[in-house]
Amino acid sequence: MLEVRNLTVRHGYLQALTDINLAVAPGETLAIIGANGAGKSTLLRSVIGLHRPSAGSILLDGRDITALPPHARVRVGIALVPEGRRLFPSLSVEENLLVGHASGRSGSWSVRAVYELFSWMGDRRREPTVHLSGGEQQAVAIGRALMANPQVLLLDELSLGLAPTMVRRIYGVLPELVQKGMAVLLVEQDVAQALRVADRFQCLLEGRTTLEGKPAEATTAKIEAAYFGLAGRSGPGSAA
Amino acid sequence: MNWVNAIAQGILLGGLYALFACGLSLLFGVVRVVNLAHGDFAVLAAYLALVVISTTHVPALLTFVIVAPLFAIFGYGVQRLIIQKSLDVSPLTTLLVTFGLSVVIQNLLLVVASADSHSFDLGSLISAALRVTPELSIGYVPLLIFLTAVVVLTGLQLFLSRSAMGRAIRASADDQEASSIAGVNTRHVFGIAAAIAFATVALAGLALGSSSSFDPSAGPARLVFAFEAVIIGGVGSLWGTLVGGIILGVAQAVGAQIDPSGGVLAGHLVFLAVLALRPQGLIRARLAI
Repeated sequence: MLEVRNLTVRHGYLQALTDINLAVAPGETLAIIGANGAGKSTLLRSVIGLHRPSAGSILLDGRDITALPPHARVRVGIALVPEGRRLFPSLSVEENLLVGHASGRSGSWSVRAVYELFSWMGDRRREPTVHLSGGEQQAVAIGRALMANPQVLLLDELSLGLAPTMVRRIYGVLPELVQKGMAVLLVEQDVAQALRVADRFQCLLEGRTTLEGKPAEATTAKIEAAYFGLAGRSGPGSAA
Repeated sequence: MNWVNAIAQGILLGGLYALFACGLSLLFGVVRVVNLAHGDFAVLAAYLALVVISTTHVPALLTFVIVAPLFAIFGYGVQRLIIQKSLDVSPLTTLLVTFGLSVVIQNLLLVVASADSHSFDLGSLISAALRVTPELSIGYVPLLIFLTAVVVLTGLQLFLSRSAMGRAIRASADDQEASSIAGVNTRHVFGIAAAIAFATVALAGLALGSSSSFDPSAGPARLVFAFEAVIIGGVGSLWGTLVGGIILGVAQAVGAQIDPSGGVLAGHLVFLAVLALRPQGLIRARLAI
């Protein structure tokens, strides 16, 4: 169980996140949606430890991990598939996966299990990742994160730069992961895609939560309002 | 001395330069730090070997068994406690810090060991040579240094390409942030890379003391040659340091053959020519694979 409590993160003078609360249970998928600059990526990067919060805390199974550096958070069971994939260009496909096991955390994931999940990958394991297409690279990035045997998987903009069919295929592996009891926290600009796979969603606007709920219960109008900040604001000038 | 002999001596000299250069290249390729105190650390290792020789009476050529591991530990400490701290401030700070270390080491050695120059007492080995032909004879000491360089580079290459730590080092060199979120403790990895770099610089210092004399201020000149070998060979390429070292060594030996005082100048000219015509170096950068 991942919990984020009253998280506030600043980038210099800019307040990127303000008082964010969320929780993801094992086997659950929570989608964070929001426009560019809403703080979605900052939230994921804070959970993995790349940003230090100025207030609030991050807990995993009740244990406060706010002070841990990224590699130590991987060891306790959090893994991030970063925005832009961030594969190691001078390493082969298989070596990229093996680096994902650097924490030595035990579990059911291995190089072989990743090759079963993505059947094409085994044949191309010795190739450098620059030879792969965008979708294939995204699959390697997911595989690398799985190699850490995470309890909580963070996915940052999986769809970025990929063709729609490829996006569906990449998201197609998600149910299998969730079924195994993994908690998934994902950030996605493609709102329709995010709502299709998520159990719950949370909408961010300028670093604050403006709407949360289940995809089935939220109307399009409500989501649009929360997404663009058209409602829920009091004071003059918010009549729209 | 004839031309064949000059070229042969130049090639062997390249081994010494490669030993100096590979640690510099590794630290730059992985940690992105230009260690301006690299040559001074080598000289420090040579002085440490003198202490080891006088206290334990170990033969000079075997001091590496003690000096290299000590320098590896020392290197890990220097990386974690000094270089990493300055790296966290800004990359430029590391230049100031390593330059400062260079000044401190030189002056400490001057105070503790005086300005006298030293060299290791290798007995009769220093003048022993393999007579290949009447014109060409190869000294055992330069040959030993060259072979050491080849063994070190081969070992380093195998370590980087085959071991889990080597993989983590390459991953961290590629993308430090991405490797940290993959579970790699990048500070520890940088420490290990520095430990290896310092072990090689210790070997370079011992090779220096075995083949010529050294004094507290001998470091910076060695740093310049190491830089030139790295640039000629290609930044980030381990075998490039050997190629670069050999080209530099041959240029110096041939230059000295033409004019006895022109050796170092010839080396610099070749370096400048490579920098102008092929600034990426002769061997494509791949610390990896």
